[in-house]
Amino acid sequence: MPMRLLSVVVLLTAFAGVAHADARADARAQVEFGISVAQRGLWKEAIYRWERATQIDPTYAAGFNNLAVAYEHEGMLDKAAEAYERALKLEPDNALVRQNFELFKEIHDRTNQSQTP
Amino acid sequence: MTGRISLKLLSCILAVGVAGCASFYEIPIETPIAAKLDVSAFQRVFIAGFIAGGTDDVDGNLETVRLLRSQLRMKSSLRVIDADVLPLMDVAAGRGPEGQAAGPSAEPAQTPAEPSEIKNEKDLQPYEHIFADADYWKRIGEEFQNPLIVTGTVLFTPHSQSGMVQREREVFDRLGRRYIEPVREYMERKGFILQEKFIFIDGRSGAQIYSEALREERLYNQNDNTPALSSYFELMDEIIPRFLSTLSTQRVRGSRVLIK
Repeated sequence: MPMRLLSVVVLLTAFAGVAHADARADARAQVEFGISVAQRGLWKEAIYRWERATQIDPTYAAGFNNLAVAYEHEGMLDKAAEAYERALKLEPDNALVRQNFELFKEIHDRTNQSQTP
Repeated sequence: MTGRISLKLLSCILAVGVAGCASFYEIPIETPIAAKLDVSAFQRVFIAGFIAGGTDDVDGNLETVRLLRSQLRMKSSLRVIDADVLPLMDVAAGRGPEGQAAGPSAEPAQTPAEPSEIKNEKDLQPYEHIFADADYWKRIGEEFQNPLIVTGTVLFTPHSQSGMVQREREVFDRLGRRYIEPVREYMERKGFILQEKFIFIDGRSGAQIYSEALREERLYNQNDNTPALSSYFELMDEIIPRFLSTLSTQRVRGSRVLIK
């Protein structure tokens, strides 16, 4: 009995690993396509692709980072902040994401500086 | 600033690139920054004039009006009203804090109660009641078909400062090779401070809808003899983008990194 249970657990783990790898591969394909369209200036299409990528694999930091960049370019600053934070939560040591976020915050903070009566 | 950002980004890319652990692409972006003020209700803007003071070398009122009007013509969708600059100091002196005197085109009072010379922020205070005089601004609004009215204060004052300053010095070694070294030295410097308060008034109601105070200063070597007007334009170069960002969407250029 314990052997059977162990086999089931091993099988389930292996299946989950394969499923995750598939999800990552699909998400990666979306991310790559998103990059190629963003490089041609098609930011709305890029947003669609990167949103798909983060739905397919919600643990893929690159998807959130790129989505944040695209949101920033489109002026959706709150959504950009959220996506950067999500990317950093997934990969806190990713220097590229951190750098993008720092640059974003510099602009974001500047826009919030004003004096009203 | 763009240079600083690019340098930061480049060093970061190099650091990661050397590690060879990521695929990334630098991409230029333009972040649109929404205007601080919703001006969709207005088709026209009237830069009415400013209560100005400080050095006598620059007419802060006329120069600021002229510069803002020309910038808005180029960089805003609002139609700029080209009318005479309002003599706000005289108007303020004539109307008093209760706003009891004559209409917008009224002649200035013969004996102004306020000080005639403005040299500092305190001297501006006796005139500032004019900005809250909704009745006056409403009548100005009616005269110009209900525009967005921009007014405020301008204080452009000379300033000097002495102390230790770090600067770069060109040095040649015995072989004639040139290099730059930082040196700290005591310097007496003089320059100007520009303080501007922009007040935005709804020409339909005469009410203030927004205000923003901006300050810039610049110091020059004592021997430079930079003319006051040159310094004024240098300082306005810093202030104008922030003024424009109140009225219209600005795009901030930069670059980011996309990763796989």
